[in-house]
Amino acid sequence: MKFQEWEGFKTGDWTEEINVRDFIQKNYTPYEGDSSFLKEPTEKTKKLWEEVLELYKKEKESEGGVLDIDTKTISRVASHEAGYIDKDLEEIVGLQTDAPLKRAIMPFGGIKIVEKSCAAYGRQVDEDVDKIFTSGIRKTHNDGVFSVYTPDIRAARSSHLITGLPDGYGRGRIIGDYRRVALYGVDYLIEEKQEELDVLNVDDFTEEIIREREEISEQIGALKSLKVMANKYGFDISKPATNSKEAVQWLYFGYLGAIKDQNGAAMSLGRTSTFLDIYFERDLKNGTITEEEVQELMDHFVMKLRLVRFLRTPEYNELFSGDPVWVTESIGGMGIDGRTLVTKNSFRVLHTLINLGPAPEPNLTVLWSTRLPRGFKEFATQISTKTSSIQYENDDLMRVTLGDDYGIACCVSPMKIGKQMQFFGARANLAKTLLYAINGGRDEVSGKQVAPKFEPITSEYLDYNEVMQKFDQMMDYVAKIYIKALNAIHYMHDKYAYEALEMALHDREVIRTMACGIAGLSVVADSLSAIKYAKVKTIRNQDGLVVDYQIEGDFPRYGNDDDRVDKLAVQIVKKFINKLRRYPTYRRSKHTLSILTITSNVVYGKATGNTPDGRKAGEPFGPGANPLHGRDKNGALAVMNTISKLPFTEAEDGISFTFAITPNTLGKEEQEKINNLVSMLDGYFAQEAHHINVNVFDRALLEDAMEHPEKYPQLTIRVSGYAVNFTKLTREQQLDVINRTIHERI
Amino acid sequence: MEEQTDLRYYAKVHSFESLGTVDGPGIRFVIFLQGCHLKCKYCHNRDTWDINGGSYKSLDEIFEKIIRYEAYFNSSHGGVTVTGGEPLLQVKFLIELFKKLKKEGIHTCIDTSGIINLTEDIKEVLKLTDLVLLDIKHIDSEKCKDLTGYSNKRELEFARYLSENGIPMWIRQVIIPEITDSERDIVSLREFIKTLKTVEKIEFLPYHTAGKYKWTELGKKYELENIREATKEDIVRVKKIFNK
Repeated sequence: MKFQEWEGFKTGDWTEEINVRDFIQKNYTPYEGDSSFLKEPTEKTKKLWEEVLELYKKEKESEGGVLDIDTKTISRVASHEAGYIDKDLEEIVGLQTDAPLKRAIMPFGGIKIVEKSCAAYGRQVDEDVDKIFTSGIRKTHNDGVFSVYTPDIRAARSSHLITGLPDGYGRGRIIGDYRRVALYGVDYLIEEKQEELDVLNVDDFTEEIIREREEISEQIGALKSLKVMANKYGFDISKPATNSKEAVQWLYFGYLGAIKDQNGAAMSLGRTSTFLDIYFERDLKNGTITEEEVQELMDHFVMKLRLVRFLRTPEYNELFSGDPVWVTESIGGMGIDGRTLVTKNSFRVLHTLINLGPAPEPNLTVLWSTRLPRGFKEFATQISTKTSSIQYENDDLMRVTLGDDYGIACCVSPMKIGKQMQFFGARANLAKTLLYAINGGRDEVSGKQVAPKFEPITSEYLDYNEVMQKFDQMMDYVAKIYIKALNAIHYMHDKYAYEALEMALHDREVIRTMACGIAGLSVVADSLSAIKYAKVKTIRNQDGLVVDYQIEGDFPRYGNDDDRVDKLAVQIVKKFINKLRRYPTYRRSKHTLSILTITSNVVYGKATGNTPDGRKAGEPFGPGANPLHGRDKNGALAVMNTISKLPFTEAEDGISFTFAITPNTLGKEEQEKINNLVSMLDGYFAQEAHHINVNVFDRALLEDAMEHPEKYPQLTIRVSGYAVNFTKLTREQQLDVINRTIHERI
Repeated sequence: MEEQTDLRYYAKVHSFESLGTVDGPGIRFVIFLQGCHLKCKYCHNRDTWDINGGSYKSLDEIFEKIIRYEAYFNSSHGGVTVTGGEPLLQVKFLIELFKKLKKEGIHTCIDTSGIINLTEDIKEVLKLTDLVLLDIKHIDSEKCKDLTGYSNKRELEFARYLSENGIPMWIRQVIIPEITDSERDIVSLREFIKTLKTVEKIEFLPYHTAGKYKWTELGKKYELENIREATKEDIVRVKKIFNK
């Protein structure tokens, strides 16, 4: 064996090359039992968590909810000195800065955001640091993008036709394979990267080869920094982890390096719990650790993940509700050999929601298969009914194309761990696109000519075929501008804010996707349905701009399992991705699409005028693939049937559905509720649906939490693809959540 | 819809609920049929009474809808529940629907008061019914009349018919403080149930006022204004008496 640290493990390909999946497959112990083995938190855990809660409280009372900012140190992998919550109590150590909840500045994405954020919380960026970026000594990603943006991109952007673009902040949605740090140690990873450099020592020294060589050199530098960072905490991570505690610690150091290096929109963890279980099982067998101690390690690890903070502007927080980081951990699923990938540690990581109480982070994501062991299905759904903190994604669906070692980035974006990354592309507002089609490219709110001028619709009543033809043209235009913008963004991000550490934890050859998105799908589907099945009259202002619509008659609405309208939604998804596919992408990345709005459905709705479905100007869209609030009249399963019609093959970056139900509607007895939820998930995913957020609460509870936030410091709810702390939402967002359909039977 | 609508193939429907979890075993597709002859003062679906309300849906349309939920029935051992309104008022339709469902192996359930004449049609549909949720309005006939406008004579006969013909039933009793929760009534309910052979489950449902707004919306007076909602404690007390 190469390393004595591997003693007790079965060898395989993984011992000869970097291959974490092979290590897992050769060594893990599937668990088909129930949750009875789980242990309560230790005294140490309780004490430490108390201290964290105290810190949360202080944070909440601070200006803008930001406890402290280190305005002087540009955050890098090894930039800050070691920081602790309470050194004697912490089993797992490491913070982003030298103190808990103190935020770092990361200006490489854009200095303006950093300046604005500091100002918003009553601080100022250190003058010397600021100068580096404002005087042109060092260019940022943001500077780069805006130096190449064309007028049409700028117009589409400022009119909210395309929104949320990562052109002023870190793109995120890249998952480093942090497990590699624990399994191989950093020295071996560096060695491998050196070899990759040798492979790239070729005679045809093209731009591509040069870029790749530069990137790998950056990666090696980042790995070296990672060792320095760990050293500050007294650990030498050159070699593989020797035991359970080190495995968690090494893995966490890998992740910590990434979140010190990057303020990415989503900084997800990957698929780590079953990997860690192998170390735990080895030590449990040796008798060197107890179940209490293993749970303690997981509790402490998760506590660290709950402390991850980034410095962001209030506007950003408004867009995404609170302070999300998307520390997404993917749990469970099935292996391609038919064994379940559920281990005891899949239970333990979910159990942290009980031991520490509910929380939005880490973003716990269960990879559901109808073949998951019953015990795990029941446990996960039981935790859902208690905490509303889990999301579920269809493993049977994703395994087909992604194998059995993929993880979810952000909310719903699946990628093979260490082998695939994405260029995050936010969303195009298709509801607005439809309005542009009707108004000949003019904005319905400002009246400005945003898209190139073409013949608007002049008839009093909208004709379905005419609208579809113009909508088609307008989608074409939006697709073109959208890809242009994304190409510019990701070119510059690679150039000025490259994710060296995260990419160091990838293979050399990675699959890249260009992850585009849609907002307003249900509004578009209902609008087209109204035009097709009812009569829609246009109401114009004095300039002839259509500013409102009057519907005569009834029409089928999206979310009721009615094919007449659901097929329109499917058609739009297919059309739009096909249009995107016509435009070449940066680094030949593969076009993908998500139907996910996160919580930006509120902000997008605000920027969009009256729509032909009867939705009023400024009103929120339905989140993700959800129907518009209140339009679904046939109960939850009808909505789920509608959503499951959307084709994952055309929207491979994920289709998000957020579901809320009152506890009593789910069933009468506790066990009945669990059985029903399990059956619902089995039935939903058997129809090839992709994702569901499960919330179980009463509306009255949320209303009370709005009035008395102090009573609910940990109240967590699932929104589109992730979870938030309810009391940290703006009042507007709270109302949006409360007004959403909460399935209820009286 | 014209007057000569063939009532075997069309039903007057109030609404559908695709996720029914409290009206029979597993996950149920629930059909709320329009129209009820009873006048229960505590009704939480007041809007389903009017026989002229709702809209006609065809048998095929309804069946197609149901079939879409088979995956959920299979995973939960659920099925279809018809409620209302009083579903047995549209018995001819139910016979046709249940025939089709039985052919597909889908579990069928009727939620009824049983206050209805045991006609040949009713007997036929019960042959196709896997479970009856029998909502005992009141075990005391006088009080039943006051509460619903009808005595409980036919209801109790209905229960005995189910028992004699081997049709499984779940007995339901809404617990309304001061109206259905007296010790005497609970005891006689128990004694009555003892005489039945096919009771699989007894459910005490706490009276709530969540459906009161529907009365107001229809401009109707809600007579139980002064009656409070039943609490968990009420249910515990009733169960204690019942199980004595």
